[in-house]
Amino acid sequence: MAQTRREMLIDPMVDNNPITLQVLGICSALAVTSSLKVALVMAIAVTTVTAFSSMFISMIRNHIPGSIRIIVQMVIIASLVILVDQMLKAYAFEISKTLSVFVGLIITNCIVMGRAEAFAMKNPPLDSFVDGIGNGLGYGLILMLVGIIRELFGSGSLLGYTILPTVNNGGWYVPNGLLLLPPSAFFIIGLLIWAFRTWKPEQVEEREFKIQTVDAH
Amino acid sequence: MSEETNTPQEQPKGPIGRFLALPTDSVPKTVFVAVTLCLIASMIVSAAAVSLRPLQEINAQQDKQINILQVAGIYDPEADVIESFAAFEPHVLELSTGEFTDAFDPATFDDRAAADDPATSVALDDDPAGIVRQGEFVTVYLLRDDAGDLDKVILPIHGYGLWSTLYGFIALEENGNDIYGLQFYEHAETPGLGAEVDNPRWKALWNGKRLMDENGELQISVTKAVPAAGADYHIDALAGATLTTNGVNNLVRFWMGEAGFGPFLENLKAGEL
Repeated sequence: MAQTRREMLIDPMVDNNPITLQVLGICSALAVTSSLKVALVMAIAVTTVTAFSSMFISMIRNHIPGSIRIIVQMVIIASLVILVDQMLKAYAFEISKTLSVFVGLIITNCIVMGRAEAFAMKNPPLDSFVDGIGNGLGYGLILMLVGIIRELFGSGSLLGYTILPTVNNGGWYVPNGLLLLPPSAFFIIGLLIWAFRTWKPEQVEEREFKIQTVDAH
Repeated sequence: MSEETNTPQEQPKGPIGRFLALPTDSVPKTVFVAVTLCLIASMIVSAAAVSLRPLQEINAQQDKQINILQVAGIYDPEADVIESFAAFEPHVLELSTGEFTDAFDPATFDDRAAADDPATSVALDDDPAGIVRQGEFVTVYLLRDDAGDLDKVILPIHGYGLWSTLYGFIALEENGNDIYGLQFYEHAETPGLGAEVDNPRWKALWNGKRLMDENGELQISVTKAVPAAGADYHIDALAGATLTTNGVNNLVRFWMGEAGFGPFLENLKAGEL
């Protein structure tokens, strides 16, 4: 592998971000970003699962039969997700109530599967672990950004602390209710992708199909 | 994490070692990998589930207890929840007679399971609260003052809002007519609109309202306009959440009415507790 471990960790933040470049893991990014605290816990959960699942898959990569490799990956990922879910229910009950089904849905998060299939199947365990952490953090970074925007302007607070006192609580700020609903995350992520690609034009994909220009006969 | 056990041994010794040395795509190896992995994964998952269950059950129970403490206005985040909760006297109530029953142990009685069980519930024809089946027995909590006189009663209520069933508690004063507070502990209404049922400012509106007028007619309502009965029986609707408000209105009126806690409130007023 030409990449150093440091690059593996840093690369997925901006240059190869799983959400803005690869556009993976969008579903959960919509659902868990209405408050920053929930987004933070989700980011930690996904990072843990991606790192450890990549590591374990990489450990047994030479013994995984090609015909059932996706199922083998799923079993490992699903077991880890259940572990995380059980831990949250036992030690962070309040947060697990708000995350509810979305912890379970980490299983279907394309980032976890994507890293397992694209990286862990071909690389040694430690590299896979670092790669998983990097991609989890890249996902977490976007979740944080979206979470900050949505919570600050949607409920006037950050991490539950009031920043902009809302009208409902006797303040002056009229919160933007749309930001608390899932579709707003679509807009914010779309704008983030736009911003990232303006900053780094090499991220813009080449068109798969061009409108053909035909010379007149 | 204890999944290192997923790593196979390196030396091709013994039956397992010889097996691992087989071509990865051969049928026996495929079956072997699948079975071993499933066994290991299921052992880890079930070990975690079993070992963490006691903690999880305590969490769920404490969550409910904190809500009961909050609706009764005696929640102190510093104090031990179980200790504070000991102030309450739980009873299983038979709704149709409005009397306590000893048939169930209030410590273990599960209201929701009972409402799903055909033996202890009835399907509703007239169902304004949208709950489909109503349990015949529910757990209520009594709070007594230092002299041992009844201070407040905490009654469980639930019903359908816009997206979800709202589960909550209503706290009544000892006369069975004055509302002390109302709180929902589980719902999935629209954030910022219907979910404002959790807003402390809106919940504070309930304090001091009355359920019934002098003639014993149920007058409480949650609406936009103040009804003819007067402001004592009216809670202002949530702005921008008409359907959630209607749901709350329906469920409170249902549970405080004849089909709900009506008989119990009669007994309460007659001073039978």
